[in-house]
Amino acid sequence: MSNEKNRHVIPGEVITTGSYRSEQNTFAEGEKIISSIIGLSDIRDGSVRVIPLTGGYLPEDDDLVIGKIVSHSAMSWQVDINSCYEGMLPASDVFGRDFSSHSDDLTSKLDNGDLIAARIVNSDKTRDPLLTISGRELGKIDSGELMYLSPSKVPRLIGKRGSMIQMIESATNANVTIGQNGLIVIVCDDSNGLIKAINAVELIEEQAHVANLTDKVNEMLESKSE
Amino acid sequence: MGGRDTDIILLDENGIRSDGRKVNETRKVTIKAGVLKNANGSAYIEFGDNKILVGVYGPRDVHPKHMSNTSTGILRCRYHMAPFSVGERKNPAPSRREIEISKVIKEALEPAVMLKEFPRTAVDVFMEVLQADGGTRCAALTGASVALADAGIPMRDLVAGCAAGKAADTVILDVNNEEDQAGQADLPIGYMPNLEKITLLQLDGVLTPEEYKACLEIGIDGCKQVYEIQKKALQEKYFSTGDVKNG
Repeated sequence: MSNEKNRHVIPGEVITTGSYRSEQNTFAEGEKIISSIIGLSDIRDGSVRVIPLTGGYLPEDDDLVIGKIVSHSAMSWQVDINSCYEGMLPASDVFGRDFSSHSDDLTSKLDNGDLIAARIVNSDKTRDPLLTISGRELGKIDSGELMYLSPSKVPRLIGKRGSMIQMIESATNANVTIGQNGLIVIVCDDSNGLIKAINAVELIEEQAHVANLTDKVNEMLESKSE
Repeated sequence: MGGRDTDIILLDENGIRSDGRKVNETRKVTIKAGVLKNANGSAYIEFGDNKILVGVYGPRDVHPKHMSNTSTGILRCRYHMAPFSVGERKNPAPSRREIEISKVIKEALEPAVMLKEFPRTAVDVFMEVLQADGGTRCAALTGASVALADAGIPMRDLVAGCAAGKAADTVILDVNNEEDQAGQADLPIGYMPNLEKITLLQLDGVLTPEEYKACLEIGIDGCKQVYEIQKKALQEKYFSTGDVKNG
């Protein structure tokens, strides 16, 4: 078995053998480190992980997600965050500590169908993930184009240290909000820029596994700018 | 079972079977991953004349709620034969046999899937037999594990299925419908090739201990051949374009 840094692996495939730490999407079986998912293996500093190429979104603490309000109770909103777990946004997060379920009406702030940008506060899986919309760039989303990207492809859209998204934003003058759960909102005053940004996201959805994707996206962004 | 008298010659003097195969040869297997848009993961498998479509949903909310488990996700499987999958119309209502096969496939996949990461959720596997020709449970199991991998469900290994058996007093690999009806034994096997573990083992018919050992041996060999095709199907979907770095 070669110890190449990045390899395509499928579930059950041995990534490497020896004293490595088994991290995301891998497990150890004796000396062997085995992948549990389809993806790209990544061996770094004695630890092994697999970057997934498929699969849904699992909430993690501090993730920025875009969600849709689906219902509300007296104390909280239920938010669809494109995951197997429904997000919970407590009313006190919006109304403040002196929230009273008698005097405050939840629908006055957020109603069913509203789109919000939220951050995950707690995701211990024993209960539904807790959300917050207090923070910079968080809260209700009023305008923009909503798009869906496979959650496993979100890291490609962001790129290394945000290189990909910075390139798209500067080329199109768009403001792109990326939810880790695969929902994306693009705001752009210029309709040409908006179309270009949408095309760029679609290109990434189609060709996320292809090498030098940044060049391809750049090519696309420049080709239509005349 | 037990070798019914028929006119079919299951094995000729040259060791060639009724469909032209050698005794240790599987039927032609083709698998395509990711064929359904609305499912989270899917696969289409042709195992000889068997044609099976598999769709995987999840992890998702469990309904009815009381089935959910707070410490782990659960796996649910449904094996179903389409009314047109066999010669005489099959009643689409789940039969005793289909309920049994759903159960054994669920138990054959459970050692492979790692659902501890998804408490309070369910993963649903739907296997629809479009055309049946003997050995559908192995074919459905094979397709289901490809569809689960396609859905991104963490798995310890893929499960490959293949049957061995006995017809015309000879141990044969991958029993087809004729050989199943007229033969003497059928031994379906589910196998995880990398972990070298058996997850499904059934036996219909009578085998001597020696024959059993021989069947198991060639059956596992057949599973390994099927595994290579599973692997190829996944690689084709995920790694076929761009840089090839397959290991």
